[in-house]
Amino acid sequence: MIRNEKLHEEKVFKDPVHRYVHVRDKLIWDLIGTKEFQRLRRIRQLGTTFFTFHGAEHSRFSHSLGVYEIMRRIIENLQQFAKWSEEERLLALSAALLHDIGHGPFSHTFEKVFHLDHESFTEEIILGDTEVHAVLAKVDQDFPQQVADIIAKTSENQLIVSLISSQIDADRMDYLLRDAYFTGVSYGQFDLERILRVMRYHNGQVVIKSTGMHAVEHYIMSRYQMYWQVYFHPVSRSAEVILRKILHRVKDLTAEGYRFQQPPEAFSSFFTEKVDLSEYLRLDESVVMYFFQQWQYEDDEILADLCRRFVNRKLFKYVEFNPMQVKEWYELYEAFQEAEIDPEYYLILDSSSDLPYDFYRPGEEEERIPIQLLMPNGEVRELSRESELVDAISGKKRTDHKLYFPIDRIEDLSANGKAKRRIIELLKREEK
Amino acid sequence: MLEEHAKLLAVLKSAGEIAGRKKLQKMIYIAKKLNYPFHEKYDFHFYGPYSEEVTLKMEELTNLGLVIETEEKVKGYVQYRYALSEEGNRFLANYNVALPKLSSCVHLLNQQSSRFLELVATMLYFEHLPKEKMLQKVAVVKEKQLYTDGEIEDALQFIERLQAFIQ
Repeated sequence: MIRNEKLHEEKVFKDPVHRYVHVRDKLIWDLIGTKEFQRLRRIRQLGTTFFTFHGAEHSRFSHSLGVYEIMRRIIENLQQFAKWSEEERLLALSAALLHDIGHGPFSHTFEKVFHLDHESFTEEIILGDTEVHAVLAKVDQDFPQQVADIIAKTSENQLIVSLISSQIDADRMDYLLRDAYFTGVSYGQFDLERILRVMRYHNGQVVIKSTGMHAVEHYIMSRYQMYWQVYFHPVSRSAEVILRKILHRVKDLTAEGYRFQQPPEAFSSFFTEKVDLSEYLRLDESVVMYFFQQWQYEDDEILADLCRRFVNRKLFKYVEFNPMQVKEWYELYEAFQEAEIDPEYYLILDSSSDLPYDFYRPGEEEERIPIQLLMPNGEVRELSRESELVDAISGKKRTDHKLYFPIDRIEDLSANGKAKRRIIELLKREEK
Repeated sequence: MLEEHAKLLAVLKSAGEIAGRKKLQKMIYIAKKLNYPFHEKYDFHFYGPYSEEVTLKMEELTNLGLVIETEEKVKGYVQYRYALSEEGNRFLANYNVALPKLSSCVHLLNQQSSRFLELVATMLYFEHLPKEKMLQKVAVVKEKQLYTDGEIEDALQFIERLQAFIQ
């Protein structure tokens, strides 16, 4: 038996993307009030992107509210084609709201360095001894597990799963619009209203009525442009590279038994790769930045330098680099060593596969479910088979590799002219 | 420089050729679950564990000319075959990818169908659950694949065989 109360009167959040986020259910209101959800206010949605686009300071909190709002509107639209039970409605809304609850500060980098999965923290927060769990369990004893299964995409209700996580879902639609708004770029715009109006049920999945194809084309194009212009921006990647190297340095120093002036207490269980949930939840971007501020004054010159770079936005320069040039790589590596600039921390190859973003894929060979168009004769057709525009960008080369290095350190090599000349010569060769 | 990419190249070298993206995805996932040090992130998709990072790395390796991707039509859909190019062989020689028994493990996996590997990978995805619950979960998420009891028993035995093999 599902238990849910309606609020005495509707609550609204003013939102720059959707104008208002509407809340009628006490369940949703209570979830928003939990400390685990409030923590998302202290985690930026776009990690290091604010170094490039200064407006990109928006949080995972506002994005999560946005995904909830889009889901609420999808359900409102789809209700006219098929009845949603109260349980399904609450399940979809809760999962939409909580889909990012397990994200930590600079999530992607932390996951890479410490081999973590934010998804497992999402599950722990929903099923463990937390305020979120207590609120969900009031609906029904099994309800937390159902929400966790939807977010993990292992639920039997594949319709709700696909509304939160597919190639055209509430999550992507909100983050494209929100990221475009806060970065100030114009590429991410598309007609959300129109897409919501052309969503239809078909054989247990959501498809797009074929007359809405152009709205979906616009969405795919926005996605494509946002990837290249915002998400893959080389300057944000430079900050990410430095962040990654700071964490590596702290990890290495801890393993060596280095005595920190400011010991990394907030990260201690990260070094064991068995991160305790309560420690994970205490970590947010303000905590991380506090440590980086303090580590600027450490005796270890590499850690201090990397932290100064991150705090003061003294980022690495970059050139395009073809990883096939193994010989050149080793030459550069040796030249850096000769110049006493540790290449492990100051010569970094970053590839597009190091970033957590993906393009639209038509879903060849049952890899991922593609966007399906519902044709007038009742047939469903994959989007890129009907749209020349989507077909054209689906097959494009989408990979790149960049070499990051501190140009200021190289320019300062006046005392060692030979190494400096060698490095500059090698890097110039790459630029060509 | 590209140490994680090199591990994928090592898999292709051992396999000779891998027919199908789905098969490749599941092979890497199963190897990862057998504690081979693959660090690509996987999550659950409609067709089982899937890694966007593996897809992107394969795309990068193909664009660099280290991997040969061949497209072919099989029963009305497009299938991709992957093999190491000569350039890829030379590139791999720069790396010391020391993964014990990887070659035999890859060979064993590559002999199976992608449908079977999808079942094995899905079972491994839920291996933290008690056996009964794991099987129930697999039945729920793989309902449309209509796996027979025989296939499920074969997959369980195959997992045991793999685990014993790498010890």
